Amino acid sequence: MSEDPILKVEKVEVSFPVGRGLNRSAILGVAGVSFEVRRGETFALVGESGSGKTTLARAVNGLQKISTGAITFEGGRIDGLRKSAMKPIRRRMSMMFQDPVGSLSPRMTVGDLVTEPYRIHGADGRNLREEAARLLTLVGLPADFATRYPHQLSGGQARRVGVARAIALDPALVIADEPTAGLDVSVQGEVLNLLNDLRERLGLAMVIITHNLHVVHHVADRTAVMYLGRFVETGETGTMFAAPRHPYTAALLSANPEPDPDRIHDRITLPAEVPSLLSRPSGCEFHTRCPWVQETCRTVAPPPGDVACHFPLAPGAKPPAKEATA
Amino acid sequence: MSEAASNPPAATARSSELWRSLRRLLREPLGLFGLGLVLLVIFGAIFADFLTQWDPTRINPRDRFLGPSGEHLMGTDQLGRDLFSRVLHGGRIALYVALVSTAVSLAIGIVLGLIAGYGPRWLDNLMILLFDAMKSFPTVMLALALVTIMGPSLTAVMVVVVLVNVPGYARIVRTQTIAIKSSEFVTAAQSMGASTTRILGVHIMPNVIGPLVILASMDIPVVIAIEAGMSFLGLGVRPPTPSWGSILNDGFAQIRETPWIAIAGGVPIIITTLGFTFLGETLRDVFDPRLKGR
Repeated sequence: MSEDPILKVEKVEVSFPVGRGLNRSAILGVAGVSFEVRRGETFALVGESGSGKTTLARAVNGLQKISTGAITFEGGRIDGLRKSAMKPIRRRMSMMFQDPVGSLSPRMTVGDLVTEPYRIHGADGRNLREEAARLLTLVGLPADFATRYPHQLSGGQARRVGVARAIALDPALVIADEPTAGLDVSVQGEVLNLLNDLRERLGLAMVIITHNLHVVHHVADRTAVMYLGRFVETGETGTMFAAPRHPYTAALLSANPEPDPDRIHDRITLPAEVPSLLSRPSGCEFHTRCPWVQETCRTVAPPPGDVACHFPLAPGAKPPAKEATA
Repeated sequence: MSEAASNPPAATARSSELWRSLRRLLREPLGLFGLGLVLLVIFGAIFADFLTQWDPTRINPRDRFLGPSGEHLMGTDQLGRDLFSRVLHGGRIALYVALVSTAVSLAIGIVLGLIAGYGPRWLDNLMILLFDAMKSFPTVMLALALVTIMGPSLTAVMVVVVLVNVPGYARIVRTQTIAIKSSEFVTAAQSMGASTTRILGVHIMPNVIGPLVILASMDIPVVIAIEAGMSFLGLGVRPPTPSWGSILNDGFAQIRETPWIAIAGGVPIIITTLGFTFLGETLRDVFDPRLKGR
């Protein structure tokens, strides 16, 4: 794995101003995140609502300014680029948005929607009508859907249209924000199989943002778990699911049991709420909810690395009984 | 090859939707009545030259103040001009002013509204200030001021109408643009690298234009009244060009002796205004029930 990564994110922070006048301050939506995505790889960002997954994705796509850090895509810095300089990048990196129907312009036909990237970046002599038929067939929709409007589509069909549009220009990287949100479970499976299939056929790299751990398990090579805008654990998906090292990962996974009645279900319940970004906890930011919390955690920030924890868990660790009830 | 099979379903779905709306319009008695009046006025304006043999501007002093008869359906005015002919040709002027100035106001209003809604905050604030300043001018004052500069003419009337209408349209478009610009399909277009012109023209404008056109069609009677009013005051079309407002003014002086002149100028204004109002309101209810009661 000495190959150059396609996407390299280094110590990226995104801050949002809050308050006015004397109360003016800033919160960090993304608080210093680094990761790499290799060619042809699927990287998943997992976390609760508000953990900064979508903000991070928007920052990578240039829709959100970053305050510090660097983003490198195919060997060149892309953070802080002007709109015109960003345009050729957008050809190589496409993004899919959460709402399957809402991310499609309501007055455009499906044919116009999937070929819009060509209209923006130049058709290069392609016949747009044929191109629309090709793309629709590629994502498993009948070619005559080209004349329909978004409101005439089901969620799954609209999602497929979104996928077709995202791969229209043969990008190197697709960022998918909650690709399964708002879909039936059976349709979710179809969409994920489609994404997996396309990735293999087109050699795409993908960044998938989700809070659905089944999705991660199904498609991701590597996974990063986000909490309060930071990565708490990064690693190979299989290894992480088998033996989570960070208490937060362990708690997330235990909240999402495999449908197996024989399995002993040890759910790790986290006390309290997610802390406010306005007043981040001292030391390890997870200490307010961690069942394994120790004195050091309250004052000293965890060391940098793949697992942001002073005391990474041994495989199969159970939470101390008294803390779990506290 | 699948072209023939692929097009019909969606196309028929769309046109049948339009057809259903039109059928609903025809079931509304008020809408039907309005449509009839509007068609009558349009018919009269288009076929003015075939409906009467009289030249609307030909002066014939011998035939002054003739009452309505078989020869002069609405009688003649103080210069012996045929009033029926003048009313028909006046309709042309009224419709011309109404349609052209409404179209121009819409075009300008949409562009300004999109810029204000999508552009930076300071530009938005500046434009809102301008719109409000424009709106705060009383129409008649504005008309008088403009005519002092430009002289009375049809162009002056249209400029007044545009200045009166644009701020309202621009405000509606601005509000809609602000509501739409943060929706996901606009973000998606941005992430694809679409230009601002493309985002405004292809993604935002089609979504704000529908209700606006219906609202604009309801403004047509107001425009016709402004034209007639300005011509009545001598600020509009110059004599001898016929206009309902100037006919009304001609008849106003002799209203005791020869009331038919004032009636000939006034009734078409009433008919047109009512027709467009009924039609516009019904159209609005049929196409966009959410706007009901505005």
